[in-house]
Amino acid sequence: MKIDITRAGFLTSVQDLGRLGFRQFGVSVGGALDSHALRVANLLVGNDESAAGLEITLGGLRLRFVDDRIVAWCGGGFDVRLGSTSVAAGHAALVRAGQELMFNQPKVGCRCWLGISGEIDVPIVLGSRSTDLRTNFGGFDGRALRDGDTLPLGRNSERAKTLINTLGEEKIAHWKPPHDWSSPAQREPALRFIRGVDWNRFDDVAIQRFTNEEFSVTAEADRMGARLDGPELKRGDNVTGPAAASSMDLISEAVVPGTIQVPPGGKPIVLLGDCQTIGGYPKIAHVISVDLPIAAQLRVGDRVRFHEVSLTEAHQLLAERERDLAEFRVGIKLHVR
Amino acid sequence: MEIAPLGDSALIVRVRNQFEDAPEQTSNEVLRALRRIADARIPGVIELAPAYTTVAVFFDPLRVMNDAARADHVIASLTQKIREAFSRGGRRKQRDTSARLVEIPVCYEAEFALDLEHVSRQSQIDPIEVIDLHCAAQYRVSCIGFTPGFPFLSGLHKRLATRRRSIPRKEIPAGSVAIAGAQTGIYPMKSPGGWNIIGRTPLHLFDPRKDPPALLRPGDRVRFRAIKREEFDRAAN
Repeated sequence: MKIDITRAGFLTSVQDLGRLGFRQFGVSVGGALDSHALRVANLLVGNDESAAGLEITLGGLRLRFVDDRIVAWCGGGFDVRLGSTSVAAGHAALVRAGQELMFNQPKVGCRCWLGISGEIDVPIVLGSRSTDLRTNFGGFDGRALRDGDTLPLGRNSERAKTLINTLGEEKIAHWKPPHDWSSPAQREPALRFIRGVDWNRFDDVAIQRFTNEEFSVTAEADRMGARLDGPELKRGDNVTGPAAASSMDLISEAVVPGTIQVPPGGKPIVLLGDCQTIGGYPKIAHVISVDLPIAAQLRVGDRVRFHEVSLTEAHQLLAERERDLAEFRVGIKLHVR
Repeated sequence: MEIAPLGDSALIVRVRNQFEDAPEQTSNEVLRALRRIADARIPGVIELAPAYTTVAVFFDPLRVMNDAARADHVIASLTQKIREAFSRGGRRKQRDTSARLVEIPVCYEAEFALDLEHVSRQSQIDPIEVIDLHCAAQYRVSCIGFTPGFPFLSGLHKRLATRRRSIPRKEIPAGSVAIAGAQTGIYPMKSPGGWNIIGRTPLHLFDPRKDPPALLRPGDRVRFRAIKREEFDRAAN
């Protein structure tokens, strides 16, 4: 009922769907930066969608299994191997006791999420098993995994047991989710956005640049957000003098994962799951929920573009994806009887 | 009152446009708004968080849509329900907004008060008097943020207003009590920061094993009490 971390890799942490209900106390939502990917991976291995799995950044992870488990992963373009067999994104695979699963560096994107049947059974802290890496609590000892760690696993569900029998021969399932769920990373990422409350504070040139030009992801990119470089986005409300120089020229208010804020230097930051709960920089836009999986893959050097959509469209797209997920859930059950 | 979308899964309810001109009144209005929205138990709303002049309303758009709103009507439907909560609340008896008074013991001795000299020089007030002024005032939590449990406190004596450090410190010890601009605050955990540190409290401002995890909440009133090193050590043990 455990799993050994032979090599922890660049940055691997236990994450579930995040920590809700504590933002009034300054606690970030956190969780899998692409929560949809984790939900899908969990469905594929017979877990509850909200089960805790691993978020793997840039690979280098090696896991040794001590009992039979079903695994599945979704996310960036990683090369994942089970012995000499390649395990493609979105395919459930049977791992036998003693086997090692290996995550090599991704060719595109930077993160992926691994579901393991029985889920990672770390204690629930403030309603979640996610690791808060900024404040160091939750997950496994409140920290990223290290070489030699042993993680507790829960029991295989009945569905997982059935899967273990079903996959006994072929080892890797032939069914899989839609490609953009299992592999959302894009070589030239485009993010759809809706306007932020401070959209009108930016001048026409800034708006033109934001919607038409390309931005590149800098090395300052982590679970809190990705700082971009590119054409300067100037504010049009001409704040000069001491007010502009102060770091709080707007009154701080809530920010959310997906918020695109613009500090005084004019270079935008795309906020991700571990972002602070409040911020004082103008919010030019917000990445829509269904595109957060793409935002979660931004890595240094990527060139990103922004396309405006309406709020209605954002909500329609989300509802469609949820309908497709409901169908997928039913489809999966047909394979596991 | 302005209600605006904050992405596709949250709304900002802006109660006032200014804070500094009337911190007490603004905090009261924000807390009243928070309570009314909470009491309305609007389907699909996940959580609320107040900050200075606003209340953030976080919701699950899918649940709002299940609750009879079409995709093109999610924001309009929520906005309407929030506005209804306000018009209903108007007739209800106002509950006390003065909340709790929390006393925070602070050791202002040199070892902990890394920037007391600097504050003293900038304000041209003797360090002893800086401490007296800091302890004399009653503060109010206008917001929790930056790190979990970090309280932004309004009510700092005008003469103590001090600019942030031009180069932030990479690591500020947990419990550090600091001032910046018109505000004072407490660093709950070791973190980077640019505020001027004038003392340290032995209290834990954030403990994830507790619910609620933060010692302070928005609206709380706060006083600082100067303590000697021995008392700090006893409390911190």
